[in-house]
Amino acid sequence: MDIFLQQILNGLVLGSIYALIALGYTMVYGIMGLINFAHGEVVMFGAMVTITVVTTLMNAGVGLPGPMLVLIGLLVAIPACMLLGYTIERVAYRPLRNAPKLAPLITAIGLSIVLQQVAILIWGRNYIPFPAILDHETIEIFGATITKLQLGIVALCLLLMVGLLVVVEKTKLGRAMRATSQNPAVASLMGVNVNTIISATFVMGSALGAIAGVMVATNYDQAHYYMGFMIGLKAFTAAVLGGIGNLGGAVAGGILLGIIESLGAGYIGDLTGGFLGSHYQDIFAFAVLIVVLIFRPSGLLGEKMADRA
Amino acid sequence: MTMDTNKKLAVFIASAIVLAVLPFVVGNTLGNSWVRTIDFALLYVMLALGLNIVVGFAGLLDLGFIAFYAVGAYTFALLGSPHFDIHLPFYISIPLGAGLAAMFGLLLGTPVLKLKGDYLAIVTLGFGEIIRIFMNNLNAPVNITNGPQGINLIDPIQIGGLSLGKAVEVFGFTLNPVHLYYYVFLFLTVMVVIMVYRLQHSRIGRAWVAMREDSIAAAAMGLNIRNIKLLAFALGALSGGVAGGLFSTFQGFISPESFGLLESIMILAMVVLGGMGHIPGVILGAVVLTIAPEILRDVIGPLQMKAFGKMLVDPENARMLLFGAAMVIMMLVRPEGMWPSKRRAAEFKDAKKG
Repeated sequence: MDIFLQQILNGLVLGSIYALIALGYTMVYGIMGLINFAHGEVVMFGAMVTITVVTTLMNAGVGLPGPMLVLIGLLVAIPACMLLGYTIERVAYRPLRNAPKLAPLITAIGLSIVLQQVAILIWGRNYIPFPAILDHETIEIFGATITKLQLGIVALCLLLMVGLLVVVEKTKLGRAMRATSQNPAVASLMGVNVNTIISATFVMGSALGAIAGVMVATNYDQAHYYMGFMIGLKAFTAAVLGGIGNLGGAVAGGILLGIIESLGAGYIGDLTGGFLGSHYQDIFAFAVLIVVLIFRPSGLLGEKMADRA
Repeated sequence: MTMDTNKKLAVFIASAIVLAVLPFVVGNTLGNSWVRTIDFALLYVMLALGLNIVVGFAGLLDLGFIAFYAVGAYTFALLGSPHFDIHLPFYISIPLGAGLAAMFGLLLGTPVLKLKGDYLAIVTLGFGEIIRIFMNNLNAPVNITNGPQGINLIDPIQIGGLSLGKAVEVFGFTLNPVHLYYYVFLFLTVMVVIMVYRLQHSRIGRAWVAMREDSIAAAAMGLNIRNIKLLAFALGALSGGVAGGLFSTFQGFISPESFGLLESIMILAMVVLGGMGHIPGVILGAVVLTIAPEILRDVIGPLQMKAFGKMLVDPENARMLLFGAAMVIMMLVRPEGMWPSKRRAAEFKDAKKG
């Protein structure tokens, strides 16, 4: 039983990070109908910049407590990633807004390659450890353990998601975003500056991505120039699982995916009599996705779209 | 009319001669590693043409195409290596691999019939990853794929008594394995080209276009959407499987690393950058994207030495950096691809005006 609970907790931590990144994918998709393949790289840059800032401060002998250092790192990383997100949209997507869908997909992939190579130029090819400044003190819940840090990650994720929902549902900017996603042409007739809204979407998604990147780095104690790829893939899978373009769906899909993955990794050995081991963890994400989409072709919470000519 | 036919014949004969002597000219001037690159270009032409059936003709975005390449490659490797000590001749294992790949195409195609656009893309991507993860892990408890170490010492192709894995002398010419494989690859590439050309102008090809443009109208016209979709997946996978088998025997070694998502994406990039749905464009795209990184590899290092007197940027790094940037710039300058079909180019003009 405690293994079960333990896996649920692990899954929750992983899943809320997925959800945070998935929001970045789903927001862009909801507004522009395109997969922002370079989003994983934004996540990676968020982690890398934070680590660099924290390490620099520590080397300079700044005697602040660990969480403060991370916060300062984030305050640098978030604007940096926002700028990166803005640039990605301006360079790779805006000129192709009226081109067929595959064209921006290719520019996104090209940009992903460029960003990874830039990361190699700056930070090298090796794993970069996250400085050991956060304590990994554990709490016990019904026989399962979770670190305070992980608890903080889950709490912060929930806070950010609620914040985003409030922005999208309650503010003027959010209304403009929803209008743009429904019909950009009509929205612009109503006085919405579509370009600004699209930029704002990228900037917001990138800020969330930067935070998520730091969470990944603290959770695994390291960062790597290639880390954005797999985590981005999983998060995108989560967004599709929930119904892409739907904010609630991204959150649900992310958390569900995290839990399924860690449950699967924990139990697959027993279920198959040791035939398949926990290194099949990555299969679950995709297997679940395929099964869900067979029965619900537009995701768990996605609206069923009528076929139209 | 006769002029036209004569002209076509002349072009045909000229290109046949060029293709026939190409490996020798390149081998003698640039070295045999470049002949190897050309061999790979041919493999990628086959792959890109296969994917073009699915993406270009039928309009189904497939991000897991490399899985079929992997199926073809592993089939050949398992049936022709010391791993199981089975040594089937290539004329059995390559068709077998192609057939198996086509079956996997159906296996993928059946559950995703209802999915559209990006949902389809992500499921195919997931399928590709699942295949790769299995190849990576099926070494325990029963060792089938030998896991991440991959399979070594794969048999070279044997035609009669001639092994393509060793150099042979013909009339004083030395034919290296890279030369010999070139002709095998060229033959099969030409076969694939003929197949896709015939398909494009057949009833099936027109059905794919109809489905791509408007699947509801196509269904209303009496087309069986399910069957033509599955056919697109299966035929695309078939040529992927052939290329996979050839890759396996040519390389002599395969491991799951060669079949990652990035490879799928590269092949898609070849199709899109070349000109989706247009066979000469796709061939051009495959050739350019295979050869360009190799040219960059040869040029960047020496250029830096000359300009700055030392290596400023690691050449491998600079190569990928330029490659990525080139992909972005090419797409921005020509979103319709380098060599689009007339029809598509016209569609683009219309879209720009409207």
